[in-house]
Amino acid sequence: MKVWALHLALIIALAVALAVLPPYPATTLARILVLAVFAMGYNLAFGYTGLLSLGHALFLAAGVFAAGLSAQFWGLSAGPALLLGVAAGGLVAAAVGLLALRTAGVSFMIVTLMFAQAGYLTVLYFGTITGGDEGFNLPAASRTVFGFDLSTDTPRFVAALVLFAVGLLASLALVRSSFGRSMVAMRENEERSRMLGINPFAVKLAALVLSGLYAGAAGAAYALLFGYAGANFATIQYSILPMLYVLLGGAGTTIGPFLGALLMFGLIEVTSRMARLWPVLEGMDYFLIGAALVVLVLFAPRGILGTLRERGLKWLP
Amino acid sequence: MALEVQGITAGYGPVTVLRGVDFRAEAGQITCLMGRNGVGKSTFLKCLMGLLPTTAGTIQVNGLTLQGLPAHQVPKRGLAYVPQGRRLFGPLTVAENLAIGGLVQGNDENTLHQVLTLFPRLRERLTQTAQTLSGGEQQMLAIGRALCLKPTVLLLDEPTEGLQPSMIALIQEAILTLKAQGVAVVLVEQRVDAVRKLADRVAFMRAGRVEEVRDGAGLAANDPAFQTYVGV
Repeated sequence: MKVWALHLALIIALAVALAVLPPYPATTLARILVLAVFAMGYNLAFGYTGLLSLGHALFLAAGVFAAGLSAQFWGLSAGPALLLGVAAGGLVAAAVGLLALRTAGVSFMIVTLMFAQAGYLTVLYFGTITGGDEGFNLPAASRTVFGFDLSTDTPRFVAALVLFAVGLLASLALVRSSFGRSMVAMRENEERSRMLGINPFAVKLAALVLSGLYAGAAGAAYALLFGYAGANFATIQYSILPMLYVLLGGAGTTIGPFLGALLMFGLIEVTSRMARLWPVLEGMDYFLIGAALVVLVLFAPRGILGTLRERGLKWLP
Repeated sequence: MALEVQGITAGYGPVTVLRGVDFRAEAGQITCLMGRNGVGKSTFLKCLMGLLPTTAGTIQVNGLTLQGLPAHQVPKRGLAYVPQGRRLFGPLTVAENLAIGGLVQGNDENTLHQVLTLFPRLRERLTQTAQTLSGGEQQMLAIGRALCLKPTVLLLDEPTEGLQPSMIALIQEAILTLKAQGVAVVLVEQRVDAVRKLADRVAFMRAGRVEEVRDGAGLAANDPAFQTYVGV
């Protein structure tokens, strides 16, 4: 009960924040919420199942382009385009998983990275359709849902919040289910799980597909809410970002991915403001972020919520 | 017959460890497996669980053949395994360990209640992480987790190794309770006193085979079989 109340309180607090914040920070918060959904998906694979992937940019890009291209070429509206994006993320994750899950550990990381790089090159190769490096803006007509224009602030904020809320509550329900326990068993020890009758391949594949569905949803939402699809979503940066969010917020905690995304955005904002105030820090913002992350890893290696859970808040899911 | 093994051979790469093992375990009996280090006792249990492939022979549990089944299917046929060293999910709580143990059987309350009745100490430790338990409690949890699978055959690999006498007594008592409940217990054990106290039958292994099977009741502490096969 306490756990559900905490999650609902977070959603309500975010709704209030979106309502009272001025447009610029509210737009940034909407962006954070969408990327937090991506990180929640990453967390299901990495934080709960122990699958360290470097290929999640591919699943995100699958969502971005499935939604973006279907809007661009078929004129789909936001609802069906989002569903197509979710499905694309899941399908690509299933295809990658069927092959990559034959490996484990570092090999899995490298194989997923290679798939993502192949995906990035494919986006560039078909540049006449995908827009290549430059990408393309989504047609305004397709950025509507139930008659609301997603290019305007309030519908965009509401849509981002709804997606986040659904993602968060679904991930909470999932990790507290029997399947969630199988995922955790897999993370802790595959051999021991097998001894207890759990099928490692099936659990890992299902977790990766779920993770892909989240990534696809985030990618599609990003394209539809902010009106842009481009090859940058398929770059390795977008495989590393969710990992950083999850590590910062706390791997294997449901709220950790959001907290990590929020703090990363906050760090970037603070360091770039510092650079504006003190020119000597110009160009050092990423150095400062890196230093902050090193400090965090040294003093809270389980991330913020992971450390809090370890130090007393044992009920945190 | 709960468990019937005929002529299984297995090994690690080019090294053959099991050279035609015949073995039987009956419901409501404790069958001990004795032998010196390296004769293949743990390897034998791994083969039963499908964790190591056999190259010949047959394994049947309650009349169903296990060969060719992937390891994760074996527990669904009624076999549960408590390996040497317990191998718990250390960072998870006692309750989580038990819940993972019961996943494939649907985690019914009745089974959990039976486990906690068998090991009341676990009930007091439900929210504690497994790695913070004492050795004896960890062993109770390892057995409890295996029992969540509702096994008809329970394989225990040296469950009292390294434990203090009071804990050994509790574990042995639990094993006798399981026997009384009709479970076929296969117990790998090196201690003569434990074997004499618990065993209905004793299978002595040497060089990758079961060479002699004896009734537990007929074994004196100074029986030559102990000297021949275990060296004590």
